[in-house]
Amino acid sequence: MRRLSAFNVAAILLGIAFLYLPIAVLVIYSFNASRLVAVWGGWSTHWYAELFNDAPLLESAFISIRLALVSASVATVLGTLAALALVRFGRFRGRLAFAAMIYAPLVMPEVITGLSLLLLFVAIAVDRGFWTVAIAHTTMAMCFATVIVQSRLVDFDLSLEEAAMDLGATPSRTFMSVTLPLILPAIAAAWMLAFALSLDDLVIASFTTGPGATTLPIRIYSEVRLGVKPEMNAVCSIMVAVVGVAVIAASLLAKITGARGAGRI
Amino acid sequence: MRRERGVSLGRKLIVRVPYAWLLAFFLLPFLIVLKISLSQTAIAQPPYTPVLDVAVGWHGLIPFFRELSFDNYILLGSDPLYLLSYVKSLEIAAVSTLILLVVGFPIAYAIARTPRRWQAILVVLTVLPFWTSLLIRIYAWMNILQRDGPLNEVLMALSIVREPPVWLSTDTAVYIGIVYSYLPFMVLPLYATLEKLDESLLEAAADLGARRWKIFWLVTVPLSMSGIIAGVLLCFIPIVGEFVIPDLLGGSRSPMIGQTIWIEFFGNKDWPAASAVAVVLVCLLVTPIVIYQNQAMRAVERE
Repeated sequence: MRRLSAFNVAAILLGIAFLYLPIAVLVIYSFNASRLVAVWGGWSTHWYAELFNDAPLLESAFISIRLALVSASVATVLGTLAALALVRFGRFRGRLAFAAMIYAPLVMPEVITGLSLLLLFVAIAVDRGFWTVAIAHTTMAMCFATVIVQSRLVDFDLSLEEAAMDLGATPSRTFMSVTLPLILPAIAAAWMLAFALSLDDLVIASFTTGPGATTLPIRIYSEVRLGVKPEMNAVCSIMVAVVGVAVIAASLLAKITGARGAGRI
Repeated sequence: MRRERGVSLGRKLIVRVPYAWLLAFFLLPFLIVLKISLSQTAIAQPPYTPVLDVAVGWHGLIPFFRELSFDNYILLGSDPLYLLSYVKSLEIAAVSTLILLVVGFPIAYAIARTPRRWQAILVVLTVLPFWTSLLIRIYAWMNILQRDGPLNEVLMALSIVREPPVWLSTDTAVYIGIVYSYLPFMVLPLYATLEKLDESLLEAAADLGARRWKIFWLVTVPLSMSGIIAGVLLCFIPIVGEFVIPDLLGGSRSPMIGQTIWIEFFGNKDWPAASAVAVVLVCLLVTPIVIYQNQAMRAVERE
C-alpha cells in the first residue's frame, strides 16, 4: 500500500491550485459589471452580449476555426504517415534526417519557425493570407501528431496484422481493417492537439499572415497588449470553456472506446 | 508480382510525402534565413539585396555570392544591445528552468505515489491548462498582477505589504508567467520516469539505514535522470526564444531575444538583421536540440 505524506498531498493541492486559480480569476472577472476590470461591480453578462456586436472579432473567430480545421486535418494525415514511416520501415535512407526534422520543431522557438516560413513565402513570391498560415500551422502540428501516433504504433501488437495477412487480407485491406481502427484513438488525439495548437498560435500566425486573415489570437493580442479589457475576459472565458468541454469529452470518449476495445481482445 | 510493386509504391509514398513536406517547409526556410542573414537591407520589395533571380540561370550565382556579406553578424557583435538580449534570454531560461525543476519535481513525485486510478485524473488535470491558449493564460496573469488586481488586494488585506507593489513590466512577472506556462512540460516527463521507479529500491536503501534525503539524492534522482533531462530541455529550449510572455508581462527596457527578432522584423523592418539574430539563436540552441532529439528518439524506441 502506497502512503501519501502530508508533503505529497500539499504538493499536489498547491500545484493544482497554481494551475487553475488564474483561469478561475479570469472567468470570474469576465462576469464583472464594472468597466474597470479590477473594481467589482456585481455580476453581469454584459461583456458577453457585447461580443456578439463585435463583427471583426467574430470574423477572426471564424477564420481561426476554419484554419484549425484545415491544418489539423492535413497535419494528422501527414503525421500518421510520418509515424508509420518511422516505426514500420526500419532503417530507410535518410531516416535520421527525417527523425531530426520531426523532433526539432517540437522545441524550436516559434519566432524562428515563423520568421523562416515567412521568408520562404516571400522568396517564392506567394501572396500571404489564410493558406500560408495553414501551411505554417500544418508543419508545426504534424510533428506533434507524429509523436502521438508513433507512441501508439510502438505498442502495437504486430501479430494482429500477421493474422490478418495469413487469412489472406491484402496489405491495404489489413491496414484499413486492422491497423487503422486500432490506432484510431491516437489519430483522434493527434487531430485534437493539432486543432488546439492552431487555434492558440499567435507568433507563427503573426509572421505568416496577410491581409484579410487576422486570426483570433492576433486580434486578442492587439487588444490586450496595452492592458486588460473586460470584453477580452469574456472572449478568453469562452475559449477556455470550449477547450475544457472538448478535452473532457474526448478523454471520456477515449475511456469508453478504450474499455470496449480492451473488452473485445 | 503486381501486388509487390503496389506495396513498394505505397511504402515510398508514405515516407516521401511527409519527408518532402518537411524539406520544403522546415529545412528550406532555414536555408533562406541563413541566406538573408548574409544580405543587405534595402528599400525594396522584398527589403533586402541580393535577390537570387532563378530566371537568370546558373551564371547569376557568382555575382550573387559576391554580394553576400557578414555585415549583419559584425553588427550583432558590435552592438551591446544584442549581446545583452542573448545573455538575458539565457539567464531567464536557466533560472526559470531551475525553478520549474524545483517546483515540478515534488508534484510529479506526489502524483506518481497516489493510487493508480487517481494518477490518470491528476495527469489530465496537469495537462488541461496546456490546452487553453498560452495567450489567454498570460492574459489571466495580467489581470492578477495589475496594480489593483487580486494579488495585491490579498497582500494588502493580509497586511503583508502597505503599498501595492508593481508586478507588471518586471522580471518577476516574467518568471511567474514562464513557470506557470511551462509547468506541465516539466511535470509530465518527470512523472513518466518516476512512475516506473521500482519502490523496492527505495525500501532497500531505507532498510540499509539511509536517511530520507540520502535516499532521494542517491537513488531517486539518479534513477529519474532521463525524465529530468527531458523536462529541462523541453522547457529550456523554447523559453530562450519565448516572445508572448516577456512581451505581455515584462518591461520593454531589456527585451529577450524573441522580442528582439520581433522588433527587428515588425518594428525596424530590418529583415537581414532579424535573420542574423535568428541564425545565432539557432546556433546557441543546436546542442540542446540535438541532445533532446536523441533522448526523444531513444525514449520512443525503448518502449
